[in-house]
Amino acid sequence: MKVTVDMSLCQDHGQCAIASPAVFQMNDEGKLVYEGEPDDSLRDEVEEAADVCPVQAIFIEG
Amino acid sequence: MTAHVAVVGASLAGLRAAEQLRAAGHTGPITVLGAEPHLPYNRPPLSKELLSEPGAPSPADLHAKVAFRRRASVADVDFRLGLPVVEADLTQGRLSLEDGSVVTFDGLVAATGLRPRRLNLPGPSAGRHVLRTLDDCVGLRGALRPDADVVVIGAGFIGCEVAATALKLGCRVTVVDPLGAPMQRVLGPSPAAAVQRHHEAAGIRFVIGRSIVGFLGTTAVTGVELDDGSTLDADVVVEAVGSIPNTEWLAGNEGPDLSDGILCDNLLRGHGAERFVAVGDVARFPNPLFDEVPRRVEHWSIPTDTAKRAAATLTADLSGAEPDPSPFAPIPSFWSDQLDLRFQSFGSPALADEVRVEEGDLERPADGVLVTYHRRSTHVGTVAINLPPARQRELRRAFDALVAVAA
Ligand SMILES: Cc1cc2nc3c(=O)[nH]c(=O)nc-3n(C[C@H](O)[C@H](O)[C@H](O)COP(=O)(O)OP(=O)(O)OC[C@H]3O[C@@H](n4cnc5c(N)ncnc54)[C@H](O)[C@@H]3O)c2cc1C
Ligand code: SF4
Repeated sequence: MKVTVDMSLCQDHGQCAIASPAVFQMNDEGKLVYEGEPDDSLRDEVEEAADVCPVQAIFIEG
Repeated sequence: MTAHVAVVGASLAGLRAAEQLRAAGHTGPITVLGAEPHLPYNRPPLSKELLSEPGAPSPADLHAKVAFRRRASVADVDFRLGLPVVEADLTQGRLSLEDGSVVTFDGLVAATGLRPRRLNLPGPSAGRHVLRTLDDCVGLRGALRPDADVVVIGAGFIGCEVAATALKLGCRVTVVDPLGAPMQRVLGPSPAAAVQRHHEAAGIRFVIGRSIVGFLGTTAVTGVELDDGSTLDADVVVEAVGSIPNTEWLAGNEGPDLSDGILCDNLLRGHGAERFVAVGDVARFPNPLFDEVPRRVEHWSIPTDTAKRAAATLTADLSGAEPDPSPFAPIPSFWSDQLDLRFQSFGSPALADEVRVEEGDLERPADGVLVTYHRRSTHVGTVAINLPPARQRELRRAFDALVAVAA
């Protein structure tokens, strides 16, 4: 599974990091960092992270 | 399981309900019926980014920017858009659409949300706006020209967001609210007063404690008249005075309680009918996180939370299985962007009888403030202003104790 975040949209709401902490984290500067090719076993929580992003900046392929 | 589920309302709650029905194992057909012509899209940007989008975008251009991603699992879901459901017969399992066509169902999800309340006052109607849909946004956007006099009626979250965006666009903005300082019902009096001073310093004018008694002008609005006889110039009026649940389509049925939205039990089953659940802004359900009182919650997080639970309940009910009996106790959360402030709320601050400023100085909200809300000494809500997003997890976690008690 491939995950991309459109960083021009992302407003660092951090909701994704609550839904899927294994894939999305907020770093010390408050900016989003994420794993681009998470394991397929994380699909459910990655879908959930994409659902809860207020600006719908998270895209999933594959 | 080949039961047919109809979802009425094609916005956030309707979409999530369809997705979560699939996630809950419902394999039968799903039809989503929506009054708006658009596929589900995100509303929060309508008062923020989208309202200040430069150029003259068409509704289709704007829709492309805010359309929701749809899970692959709903590729076979039939979205029927642009036609409201005018009547439902819950015993026969029949929906009637505006064009006279009929859709039958075995299970029903109500996801019809809210519409803005309008003021019923004398005067012209041209120049008066509300903001709920993409088409409302396109109309208002065109009217917010630099130097326009804008009067926003209602100092709730949507009113304040529109005021902030209009100010940014170069309008002269006045917010009128009969009851209290901006967002006072949620924030409490002293944080609300502090936010008012912050917004006033940026250039938004507030008239608090006055109501509008009429609109001035002949063909289009030129101003508003207040209850003390004074007037305000206005090229544009935005009515942000609360909402009305869309439940008229259910009115012909005996069972449901539609007194304020759709009354549900804690598993989101609609009162007084079988295989009928409600989700999103229109659902009035008890949250054991706080108490037994059923309430509607108009936050963006609620459609997703309620859809998940309602879909599980309905899927079980349709197959004769026992639904998950564990209490449904979502932590409400919302955000709001106004000028240089981002508000982030968890829990239900509006229930509080006591407000504590835990961090920062209310006189300088942009530098970061944390306020907690308590009812009979129990922590029921948190509002953070301009705190780093990395802290959200901890702020949300503060409610895990309540969740544990509720379970
Ligand atoms: C301008 C604006 C800004 C907002 N900003 C924020 C924010 O910053 N943070 C936050 O937490 N929340 C915000 N919200 C609230 C959030 O958008 C709502 O909680 C959310 O949209 C609720 O989704 P819903 O699907 O339950 O209802 P709705 O989005 O209201 O959708 C209901 C749908 O049902 C359709 N419908 C109604 N009746 C019928 C019928 N009879 N037949 C067929 N279809 C019907 C309607 O046309 C509509 O498309 C904002 C809302 C608005 C309007
Ligand atoms: S939830 Fe969306 S906006 Fe927030 S950090 Fe994640 S990707 Fe960015």
